[in-house]
Amino acid sequence: MEVTDVNNRRHTNSNTLGQDILKGLRDGTPIALGYFAVAFSLGIIAKKAGLTASMGFFSSFFTRASAGEYGVYTLVAIHATYVELIAMCLVTNLRYMLMSAAFSQKLAPGTSWFHRLFMACCITDEVFGISVGHRGYTPPAYTYSAALISSLFWASGCAIGIVAGGMLPTHIVSALSVALYGMFLAIIVPPARRAPNVLYALIASFVLSGLCAIAPVVSEWSSGTRTILLTLLISSVMAWLRPFKNRESNGTE
Amino acid sequence: MEQNNPILYILLAILVTNLIRVLPMLLIKGPIRNTFLRSFLYYVPYVTLAVMTFPAIIETTLTPLAGVVALVVGLVAAWFRLGLFPVSIICCLIVYLIDSLLPML
Repeated sequence: MEVTDVNNRRHTNSNTLGQDILKGLRDGTPIALGYFAVAFSLGIIAKKAGLTASMGFFSSFFTRASAGEYGVYTLVAIHATYVELIAMCLVTNLRYMLMSAAFSQKLAPGTSWFHRLFMACCITDEVFGISVGHRGYTPPAYTYSAALISSLFWASGCAIGIVAGGMLPTHIVSALSVALYGMFLAIIVPPARRAPNVLYALIASFVLSGLCAIAPVVSEWSSGTRTILLTLLISSVMAWLRPFKNRESNGTE
Repeated sequence: MEQNNPILYILLAILVTNLIRVLPMLLIKGPIRNTFLRSFLYYVPYVTLAVMTFPAIIETTLTPLAGVVALVVGLVAAWFRLGLFPVSIICCLIVYLIDSLLPML
């Protein structure tokens, strides 16, 4: 039964390559818009670190990490050591390890190493979000096209921010920056409608995340650290209290 | 060598950040059988995105009210499956309106 499913899926994949690309571009567009706004403000910081527009474009296109890049640019600005830079990259991007592990379960069996490597490199919070939100196994073309359009906007936003930082009115930057969060909501809420366990996980996440932002000590930690710890804690407790019994809940639907 | 060349920092950051992304994918071959691990990885994306959305959505806007309204309306719009793009646009418009109208009141 399962073997037939996989074969069917491969068959459909080759017929719907164009559809996967189009779908990736469509779902990648709101990400791209949100990225542009965030990268624009990131560009203002990159400029302070002494980056030119082309360096900002190059760096942002290949790094694609908001908190990570922010950390990197602040370190470049103060001429920190390379060890500090590596430590910063590890801490601010540790969640990508979790995402990469989760994403590995969404690739069709038999996916080539080439695709595994490049799909992993595509991981950002948002591209990962829509990729695991894809029904069934995630087609590589879907992730690639979403990653490409969003990375181009991300890199351009950073470059333009370096050149024209501070020229856009603040309330427009503020409005654009919520695009990302709106998109997160559109990713996480619909599955909660059909899976009560996801709903419980979301409620727990919102409540605990809100509490941690105002609690003493914990609120002093960086938001990246809180994100990692809360993700580990809540996902573990949910996996312990509400585990999956059958195979189909992860890869296929 | 003096550590003030932005290019070297950038190349190092690109290398480390992408290694973090690639390693788990290369180490985990095939489907994970362990129920706890599979369940854990199933919850990770939802929890991470939820944790990153709240309370950040309220802290990023000029007035907290704009963030709160955008969050509530965004939740409702997402519940009715309006899709990524519409939900994002709705949230942006709400924040733009409230942030630019509120100071006038």
